[in-house]
Amino acid sequence: MSSDIYKDIILDYYRNPRNFGDLADADVRAKDSNPLCGDIIEMQLKINDGKIDDVRFKGKGCAISQASASMLTEVIKGKSLDDVKAMGKSNVLELMGIDPGPTRIKCALLGLKVVKLAVYGYLGQAITEEVKQLV
Amino acid sequence: MNVSRIRDDFPILKRRVNGKSLVYFDNAATSQKPTQVIEALGRYYREYNANIHRGIHKLAEEATIAHEEAREKVAKFINANHTEEIVFVRNATEAINLVAYAWGRANIKQGDKIVLTIMEHHSNIVPWQQLANEKGAKLEFIKIDEEGHLRQDEIHELIDERTKIVCITHASNVLGTINSIKEITRAAHRFGALILVDAAQSVPHMPVDARDLDCDFMAFSGHKMMGPTGIGVLYGKSKHFENMPPFLCGGEMIKEVHTTGASWKDLPYKFEAGTPNIAGAIGLGVAVDYLRNVGMETVHDHEKQITGYALSRMTEIDGLVVYGPKDVTKRVGVISFNLGDIHAHDLASIMDEEGIAIRSGHHCAQPLMEFLNVPAMSRASFYIYNTNEEVDVFINALEKARKLFNP
Repeated sequence: MSSDIYKDIILDYYRNPRNFGDLADADVRAKDSNPLCGDIIEMQLKINDGKIDDVRFKGKGCAISQASASMLTEVIKGKSLDDVKAMGKSNVLELMGIDPGPTRIKCALLGLKVVKLAVYGYLGQAITEEVKQLV
Repeated sequence: MNVSRIRDDFPILKRRVNGKSLVYFDNAATSQKPTQVIEALGRYYREYNANIHRGIHKLAEEATIAHEEAREKVAKFINANHTEEIVFVRNATEAINLVAYAWGRANIKQGDKIVLTIMEHHSNIVPWQQLANEKGAKLEFIKIDEEGHLRQDEIHELIDERTKIVCITHASNVLGTINSIKEITRAAHRFGALILVDAAQSVPHMPVDARDLDCDFMAFSGHKMMGPTGIGVLYGKSKHFENMPPFLCGGEMIKEVHTTGASWKDLPYKFEAGTPNIAGAIGLGVAVDYLRNVGMETVHDHEKQITGYALSRMTEIDGLVVYGPKDVTKRVGVISFNLGDIHAHDLASIMDEEGIAIRSGHHCAQPLMEFLNVPAMSRASFYIYNTNEEVDVFINALEKARKLFNP
């Protein structure tokens, strides 16, 4: 069974999402949706000394949005807030190992957008245009 | 009817998508165009492109004749009384907005009721919401039963002496349900209310007779019936059009303009301000010729056959849920469905990999999706050029998607 964007790894993260659930002592939470698909992602971050100590996500939606968010949680754990702020589209696509194409790219980038919303929110900084345009 | 000969008229159907033969099942969104329509657009621009109505020269005369012939074809196609009942607009959305603004602002008062149905497309909800908010009028929605038919009790309960207009789709773009317009027309007229029919999903697919339906207004889009984008039709009874103020104002629609005021052209030109979509109207006329040539009964019968075949094959797939009436005589060739817990967008992506174009999402009918408590659906919709073999390709792809997500 071959599928260009629904590789086993994507479906695996969709069916068994890593870091799914709530983080009771989260320092910041953020949530957003993709109006096209109705995908919803919420990120909860525990931040310590400018670094992401722990992270959980919750969400509903298509496989691309949920798998990418889950994969992202694994990568950002331990990263500095500056590093997370510097992440972009290419990091997510590399992580997923697929090119979802122009119609589905917003699904793939929703998780990253919500992580950035959380980080900017935590820092009390204004959301940049770059973040707004992710989804 | 010879489907393979019809397919030869649609060059796009020979396209390959992702290495596969295109299976175009997104006809409720827009239809494909036959060579005859594509050529007619080219011929207009190559041979007689000119502005219409006021020109004295030869090209203007030819363009005006072709534009007005298109109006005659459309009038005959829906059995209107007269060409003055046919107003060219951009699409069904604009047609409905025209009525909501020009008729609605002049006739709806505080406390009046506008009755819609829960299965309306956003284009037949939002213009009325805006009007109701502005005037302090009330919107009410006729709901549906489990099979997707309008509830009889609500039709007769909600349409009452306070009702000024009933706005209803002829065929649902989600459920496929064909509504009994004549019955609702009678209910509305009994209280002196008007009825506007959104015929975007019916006129392209079945015989529609505006006079027989006795509706006051009817809206449809050219691009869903083999015509170009950017051309649509508002049908209206002359007596309403005559009493309505214009919608858009400016050139083309005036008789005389002075610094102190202006007077309007006769129907239907009063509602056609500015240079219209001349090529679009001509193309729509050719699309109407094409459909008449095939015959609307034939189109409808073909779609009933293919819808019945698709519905029966879809029941073979585990976990597949179809929305809307089970009886193919009570629906158009639109099948909305969900497959297990696979998100509609994932399903559409997998279909696309197989060269199959379907729609997914809320289908511009969020109140209906909320009512059914379904966040999104996938939708396959057919036309005269689709075949049972294409349905087989679609069924195989659904099976593949099911296995991919639920191994």
